Amino acid sequence: MQAKKRYLTLFSAGACLILLFCFGGIQVPLSRKGPSRRDDRSLAGYHPGARWRRFSASLQPFSPWEHDQSDSPNEHISPRQKRDANSGVYTGKRCRMESCFDFSLCQRNGFKVYVYPQQKGEKMSESYQNILSSIEGSMLYTPDPGQACLFVLSLDTLDRDQLSPQYVHNLKAKVQSLHLWNGGKNHIIFNLYSGTWPDYTEDLGFDIGLAMLAKASISTENFRPNFDVSIPLFSKDHPRTGGERGYLKHNTIPPYRKYMLVFKGKRYLTGIGSDTRNALYHVHNSEDVVLLTTCKHGKDWQKHKDARCDKDNAEYDKYDYREMLYNSTFCLVPRGRRLGSFRFLEALQAACVPVMLSNGWELPFSEIIDWNTAAVIGDERLLLQIPSTVRSIHQDKILSLRHQTQFLWEAYFNSVEKIVLTTLEIIQDRVLQHTSRSNLMWNSLPGGLFTLPQYSTYLGDFPFYYAKLGVKPYTKFTAIVHVVSPLVSQSQPVMKLLVVVAKSQYCAQVIVVWNCDKPLPAKHRWPVTSVPVIVIEGESKVISSRFLPYDTIPTDAVLSLDEDTVLSTTEVDFAFTVWQSFPDRIVGYPARSHFWDINKERWGYTSKWTNEYSMVLTGAAIYHKYYHYLYTTYLPASLKTMVDQMSNCEDILMNFLVSSVSKLPPIKVTQKKQYKETMMGQSSRASRWADPDHFAQRQTCMNKFASWFGTMPLVHSQMRLDPVLFKDQVSILRKKYRDIERL
Amino acid sequence: MYASGKYSSRGPALIPRMKTKHRIYYITLFSVVLLGLIATGMFQFWPHSIESAADWTLDKRSVHDAPLVRLPVSSPIPERGDLSCRMHTCFDVYRCGYNPKNRIKVYIYPLQKFVDELGVPISSTGLSREYNDLLSAISDSDFYTDDVTRACLFIPSIDVLNQNSLRIRETAQALTMLPRWDKGMNHLLFNMLPGGPPDYNTALDVPRDRALLAGGGFSTWTYRQGYDVSIPVYSPLSADVELPERQPGPRRYFILSSQTAIHREYRAELERLKEENGEALLLLDKCSNLSQGVASARKRCYKGQVYDYPQILQESSFCVVLRGARLGQAALSDVLQAGCVPVILADSYILPFSEVLDWKRASVVIPEEKLSEMYTILKSIPHRQVEEMQRQARWFWEAYFSSMKAIGLTTLQIINDRIYPYAARTYEQWNNPPVVKWSSVNSPLFLPLIPPRAPGFTAVVLTYDRVESLFRVITEISKVPSLAKLLVVWNNQNKSPPEESLWPKIGVPLKVVRTKENKLSNRFFPYDEIETEAVLAIDDDIIMLTSDELQFGYEVWREFPDRLVGYPGRLHLWDHEMGKWKYESEWTNEVSMVLTGAAFYHKYFNYLYTYKMPGDIKNWVDAHMNCEDIAMNFLVANITGKAPIKVTPRKKFKCPECTAIDGLSLDQTHMVERSECINKFASVFGTMPLKVVEHRADPVLYKDDFPEKLKSFPNIGSL
Repeated sequence: MQAKKRYLTLFSAGACLILLFCFGGIQVPLSRKGPSRRDDRSLAGYHPGARWRRFSASLQPFSPWEHDQSDSPNEHISPRQKRDANSGVYTGKRCRMESCFDFSLCQRNGFKVYVYPQQKGEKMSESYQNILSSIEGSMLYTPDPGQACLFVLSLDTLDRDQLSPQYVHNLKAKVQSLHLWNGGKNHIIFNLYSGTWPDYTEDLGFDIGLAMLAKASISTENFRPNFDVSIPLFSKDHPRTGGERGYLKHNTIPPYRKYMLVFKGKRYLTGIGSDTRNALYHVHNSEDVVLLTTCKHGKDWQKHKDARCDKDNAEYDKYDYREMLYNSTFCLVPRGRRLGSFRFLEALQAACVPVMLSNGWELPFSEIIDWNTAAVIGDERLLLQIPSTVRSIHQDKILSLRHQTQFLWEAYFNSVEKIVLTTLEIIQDRVLQHTSRSNLMWNSLPGGLFTLPQYSTYLGDFPFYYAKLGVKPYTKFTAIVHVVSPLVSQSQPVMKLLVVVAKSQYCAQVIVVWNCDKPLPAKHRWPVTSVPVIVIEGESKVISSRFLPYDTIPTDAVLSLDEDTVLSTTEVDFAFTVWQSFPDRIVGYPARSHFWDINKERWGYTSKWTNEYSMVLTGAAIYHKYYHYLYTTYLPASLKTMVDQMSNCEDILMNFLVSSVSKLPPIKVTQKKQYKETMMGQSSRASRWADPDHFAQRQTCMNKFASWFGTMPLVHSQMRLDPVLFKDQVSILRKKYRDIERL
Repeated sequence: MYASGKYSSRGPALIPRMKTKHRIYYITLFSVVLLGLIATGMFQFWPHSIESAADWTLDKRSVHDAPLVRLPVSSPIPERGDLSCRMHTCFDVYRCGYNPKNRIKVYIYPLQKFVDELGVPISSTGLSREYNDLLSAISDSDFYTDDVTRACLFIPSIDVLNQNSLRIRETAQALTMLPRWDKGMNHLLFNMLPGGPPDYNTALDVPRDRALLAGGGFSTWTYRQGYDVSIPVYSPLSADVELPERQPGPRRYFILSSQTAIHREYRAELERLKEENGEALLLLDKCSNLSQGVASARKRCYKGQVYDYPQILQESSFCVVLRGARLGQAALSDVLQAGCVPVILADSYILPFSEVLDWKRASVVIPEEKLSEMYTILKSIPHRQVEEMQRQARWFWEAYFSSMKAIGLTTLQIINDRIYPYAARTYEQWNNPPVVKWSSVNSPLFLPLIPPRAPGFTAVVLTYDRVESLFRVITEISKVPSLAKLLVVWNNQNKSPPEESLWPKIGVPLKVVRTKENKLSNRFFPYDEIETEAVLAIDDDIIMLTSDELQFGYEVWREFPDRLVGYPGRLHLWDHEMGKWKYESEWTNEVSMVLTGAAFYHKYFNYLYTYKMPGDIKNWVDAHMNCEDIAMNFLVANITGKAPIKVTPRKKFKCPECTAIDGLSLDQTHMVERSECINKFASVFGTMPLKVVEHRADPVLYKDDFPEKLKSFPNIGSL
């Protein structure tokens, strides 16, 4: 360009700016950063005029200040009318909680679930039986329809494939004849299979009205968000309760397994569901990406077979499914006839990170589970990119995906009971809205079923999230002393105990649970302490009352004590400092162990001195207050009544509960010694420990508890924690916890 | 841009010189300016050689220069918008392609001015300030591409933020005129005020076919989950008013209602609540008689008393955000900005960015029907939670509500996360405010797993030339039952390891790895030869550990596989006099580190040490030939947030004869150096990750009065 023209351009530009200045139209962005932007552009293939740039002239705001003018308060219809109108308009496929659910039923009695009585002669699959008994065994169950907020049919709706032997006929008529049906309002219908060959639609074959669907393989198109619940497809062998642990035992580094990505399954020659599976061979490399299909399905597959079938079938037979499942980093989960398949849960359990290839599948419990943390959600359209996608996933990410598969499997999927309870809890969260679980409660250990928002909606009130939130538990504890014998003398063990405990620098308060038949002693008879001592008369004097979540507990930590426990202030202090490192476990003194009695084929309980332990008794133990709440609300009445009737085993039950939540052993601190005065001769009256039946009862308890939990949650530990300088060859003056060394 | 700076600084100087005799000159100048403007418009289409000037002036071009497009009456109208649209049905993912950065590319259409056949524009406002900000922010981000062929997402420059200013039919027609419209596929529209009187639809009424909608005020019936994005209604006060962040805590009022357009039914209910609970509630409304010139948007009144808005919001713990005719309310943004916890009463409302934000941590959602119970419900929330919500609310505003840029980029990130879900931002990244991100931990080894005993551990011995001592160590370790393999890291390049026949004969495989350089970090390399999870790092002069002690250490590691489990413990202390950290090896009651001269840990930490050590720590350690153990302790504590575990009683670890040689002075310089390490590492990590504990692990029956032969680990602390 000629210099003249350039000068003109520059000049006019400058003049232009002055002009704009004069009119005060803009603020010149003097401080705007250098010329880099323009340079970038010339590199990136700049198309003249194509780049979007800021317009600097004064523009109008998108909404006038008082945009609510149009919103003028009294013009539009009454909100109440509007709400009523919604429930008329949004039904059927557009159902939402707001329009199809009657919240008022839940207001009186909370969220209670009613199951219709089973009718004789009505056939019912084992899976549905399991679903119903899981509900009936849960804390949400009510036998009274008048108290119920949610209704569950006793008609088996799991399999709605007309060709299936489990198919229940005339469902429409049967449902309509139920007098509580009420158009399906507040009902939930469980379904695993719908539709049939060849198109497998999601139609259930009867009118569900306003009922919610808890359905497997549901598509996003049919899924009514915040109304339906997507559940996983589970087999009829899925255990009702307990359930298997995840397969992961090791964290190998690097985290890659023998195979990168595997799949083994049918390829359907007729009907829907095979578009993706037909293309899998493109990606198969028979080394670390092994994707196998077989054409063999049904009786007449030979008739429809295509050119690839023989080759595919031969390759298919070379590999073992289980071997591949357990030795692969990723497992492909493509759609089959329906959107979901058993493979999903199998991969989850095997810690093989699922790679979903099922476009439009509303993943199980998608309302609460963040599946990106446990699975790779692929797109069927991008099948050919899947290998490079999974290879690009970082090692750290693989580790955390793998851990998450295990957590989710054990928290929500490994038994029918978990699946059903998760479904119900999701609905309960919607109903109680402001006391519902946050995303973190559902997606991190120990999971939503153990985190009850009715206790608190604040994450920091639970023992599980301190590290996640970067906060610490409250640095004091509340001692709860369980008293069953009357006060007779000032030298009674409980008197000493109260003084000793109250002397601890960490003690905020002492609560005496008075479970003695005698009336409460006068106030002055209790020892004088620097911290408040509150005496609570035990509710109906049962032993479980020591584990009630009293409002008067102001701290996170609870020190649970028997009346005849012998402890020193130093021991209490030390145990509490240890607990602060392990707030989700029981930390304490009297250790016990369980074992499998091969001869009797049952669990045994031992108090002998052993090299390992799996329980720390609550006669002298610190744990989080939340476990009181769990004990009271989570455990079934049957177990608590059993404990109360025997006045025994409450400590074992607490250990079962805490270990089933934490999946870890309790922590024993310092040396073994006698904690009971009674055992040292001067037996206090009516001590339950002196009872000869006591020990036998505890064996029975172990087995009763294990059967309710469906598994043995207790875990052994071989170590105890001592003060750092415990019994070391240094001057006692250098040691902080001196008294502990004196036995 | 340099040009702009230069000329603008000269500008003001010219003005005072403007006198009558120069008038002609300036008239010429003005005409030149006009010519210049026209010229710049033309230069857009010129080759690059003139861009230095042309570009700059382009920035200053006016909206009114946008090319005019006349819409024929008969031009087609798109379909209304398909409610069943999802990413896998209505979005063309092939356009986004495989992308190593996992980032979508976004194209913005150049501004055009659409008018109907009579020349009436399709929108009464045209391009709004906010939409201009939004598009500019996107164009400055790394989502942006100006290459339309490479784009995955297209954003029209037709402003539909406020439906009220639009002519619906003509806007729809304008959309179809876009060159890449293709039924709206992969197009994204931003709308904040949808619907119009009297029934106020909750989504934009403009027919838009398959286009994605980023809408403010979606209801559950119009929101296509996983397809649309629910965005906030931007509040202009965000830019105009600066509210400093207040410390979370109790406020003067408990509940505050500041909205002006509340339906009378609801206002009556609020009044009733106020009667019941008195001073705790403050009910504000429009001011009826404000003097002229006062922006009514910035004032609220209660019984004649005037309050500054939004400042008053900072005086309350909870602030009511009630639905108006629309579900989305700009007040939500003001409330969050003030760090007041929003109490949202808007049934069926899809909260802004609810796909990624956990609103339960920042707000209270109450069904409209329960408005009368609001006070009781809010009272039941624990104080600590309220404080956390206040902090969280403010953080949401700062990160996602505060500007059109924040809103626009968040929307794009959400769509990006859907297209590359395996690279999506995590819950923690979205929801944790910086202070929590800083103090919280997220270890990838979070599962409570007690690995089985069987695979055993691999002992890694770092050695230079002390062959005799090394052989003693090897012989001692080989007695440990769970030893699976012994790996000797030969760190001496000048000397070869002894011949194979000279090595002690042991029952497990013994491998020697020769290193290329004598570096301390070789000890922590994740060698392929280490096939077990558990690694025992041990020095070649540690011969005082018994087999029981080592086996017990392994058992403890199994119970704490994510921690360092070691024998000699050390402590860091804050030196108040010097104002820095100090290293302590004396007999203390506390432990915050274990030395890796003898420690069990997970092989994962080898990998972390080698590849993920922050800053220059790794090289620094290699250069100083010291503190590799402290660095390892920092690393593990930082990722797990947990203290190490010291096992067994304290004792001398090295052979008694080797210690006496080093004098006291050497010992002191050593301590000084180690203290320096701690300070250096703490500054690189930006925090002190080490955790202090007062416990160590012993076997259950340690020192118990019990027959020794019945104990699993009798030989503890004996040497």
